[in-house]
Amino acid sequence: MTTVLLDADTTSSVEAGAETGTKNGRRTAKQWRLVWWKFRQHKLAMVGLVLMFGIYLVALFAEFLAPFGTSTFNSEYTYAPPQRIHVDWGEGLYVHGYTSTIDEETFEPTFEVDESQRIEIGLFVKGEEYELFGLIPWDRHLIGPEDPGQPMYLLGADRNGHDLLSRLIHGTRISMTIGLVGVAMALVLGIILGGVSGYFGGRTDTVIQRIVEFFMSIPGIPLWMGLSAALPHEWGPMQRYFAITVILAVIGWTDMARVVRGRFLSLRNEEFVTSARLDGSGRPRVIYRHMLPSFTSHLIASVTLSIPAMILAETSLSFLGLGLQDPVVSWGVLLQDAQNVRVLSTAPWLMLPGVAVIVAVLALNFVGDGLRDAADPYKR
Amino acid sequence: MLTYIGRRCLYMVPTLFAISVVAFAIIQLPPGDFLTSWVTRMESEGEKVDPAMLEGLRERYALGDPFYVQYGKWISGILFHGDFGESFEFGRSVTSLVLDRLPWSIGLTVFALIFTWVVAFPIGLYSAVRQYSIGDYLATTIGFLGLAIPNFMLALAMMYIAYRVFGLSTSGISPLTIGIAIVVLGTAGTAGTIRILRANLLDELKKPYVVAARARGVSERALVVKYPVRMALNPFVSTIGWVLPGLVGGEVIVAQVLNLPTTGPLLFSALRTQDMYLAGSIILIISVLTVIGTLLSDILLAWLDPRVRLGYR
Repeated sequence: MTTVLLDADTTSSVEAGAETGTKNGRRTAKQWRLVWWKFRQHKLAMVGLVLMFGIYLVALFAEFLAPFGTSTFNSEYTYAPPQRIHVDWGEGLYVHGYTSTIDEETFEPTFEVDESQRIEIGLFVKGEEYELFGLIPWDRHLIGPEDPGQPMYLLGADRNGHDLLSRLIHGTRISMTIGLVGVAMALVLGIILGGVSGYFGGRTDTVIQRIVEFFMSIPGIPLWMGLSAALPHEWGPMQRYFAITVILAVIGWTDMARVVRGRFLSLRNEEFVTSARLDGSGRPRVIYRHMLPSFTSHLIASVTLSIPAMILAETSLSFLGLGLQDPVVSWGVLLQDAQNVRVLSTAPWLMLPGVAVIVAVLALNFVGDGLRDAADPYKR
Repeated sequence: MLTYIGRRCLYMVPTLFAISVVAFAIIQLPPGDFLTSWVTRMESEGEKVDPAMLEGLRERYALGDPFYVQYGKWISGILFHGDFGESFEFGRSVTSLVLDRLPWSIGLTVFALIFTWVVAFPIGLYSAVRQYSIGDYLATTIGFLGLAIPNFMLALAMMYIAYRVFGLSTSGISPLTIGIAIVVLGTAGTAGTIRILRANLLDELKKPYVVAARARGVSERALVVKYPVRMALNPFVSTIGWVLPGLVGGEVIVAQVLNLPTTGPLLFSALRTQDMYLAGSIILIISVLTVIGTLLSDILLAWLDPRVRLGYR
């Protein structure tokens, strides 16, 4: 736990070292505790927080939670519709199999759920081997068919016969981390440039503000499209992933820089800053030890609010085919299959990755909103 | 006022210059150029390309020159002759290609902006005056949803509904498609605009003059409409500044999904085929129009609000 600097009028009620304690007969709480108390009152934000944790857990345990790997497919079951899980109390879980009829003209198979077939499925079944966290080799999956060869498409199949559920779960990892990495980069840029701009002011400030305004006035998406179309085709998935995060950060840092600058401007003349300077602290120490910690909560709030924007941006880019590409799986990549109405009318479940995007973005927005309200716990 | 406008216009010059450099740099980034990708495409189709002809083309488009020479040619052509160069892919001048499509883009953007305002104004007004009512919560929820749904998802969903429920096809120019595009684009900015209006109006409603007017028995309706709304409207004008870049960008994606004849799909295909003058010019034109739109909104704001005007002295 770090000691947190507070506004001048409340410093007296804080005791360093203890989370809550008593001082001069008064109960005191540290700033983070106050933030948490305030955050807890925001019901939507709490719902968002739970959802967010859930989604990141899915991303962490993707291999275990998904019934199949990302590249597993069965070309006999293209566009197979979703199956319903049935519960038989005597024998366990099962789904019905499919019967397919081939269209005479187009040779496209259409599937019917066949009530007479039963495919036993189970929890913690043996399936494909994988390495959990890239370290622990394992072959158990949370859910899957007892006989690995049997078709199980709980959320339907895509045009190659991939299991959509598995790919959705695997896609969570890329989609949810790309925002984090992008934000981390944007944050570093934003803190440095915003800090310099707000602390020094004057001409430096003007120049940096011009740059920020420049970046804000360009329509982002054409710029992104240009930048990501410029990525060489022979680049591997990791390079592409990294390049996309950089592109996202290039656009995203401006908001961060504005927040940081605004805070610095308002804090510059506060008494505790003056006294720190009079105590002989150097510039870096004043900035990083005294000023920065006093608005960390604001920073966290604006970081949380900018992650969803990055997730949306990645989804749009990948949807257009300019972002990540197969074999990397992200929600945007999955949505590429849902490009036109004809496909959607035969396989509406292909829109499900979009629902995942909406849920994730909503959750993060709620959390960010709650944090923003709670960031200044002294405000009534 | 004139000083203000003059100053803002002067500030625009370096921005525009930077935009033109960025736009040109982007199209230079990919390895190879249009001719190399054109040759590979031709060869994959089994056609032989005459090296002499290739050399001639290279010469004509000045593709061998260093970056700054190419940029110089391009930008001086635009500045002095209004000539944006020639599209390799279409074999037509960029100007005529873009002129075909630009009116659609501008029209869509303007209507989407109007849609945003028409929807956001009454909702923002209502949720400020009736703070914490059911309607207020409803508006906030819808606003959050609008922020969370990617533009193209909304477009896809509406297309799907139109197709499945009403049996209508949505592709290319039709009143339905354009309507969908406007609604989809408009909703994206609505959430933010509602929030701003609500916050401004709430601030204004707490001010002493409102309390004083209420104490003297001014009717609630006149009280709200006469001053606070007018005050809260000023920042409304400046929303153009941040709604516009988003709208223009969103338009690129939505038009791609709905297959509308705007600059979006043209830019998209130009980027794919490395049709550099076309792609660069579209990015440049879109960005410049956005900057001008922002400038207009700033001037409008300064005209409406003397505080802004004086602050710039």
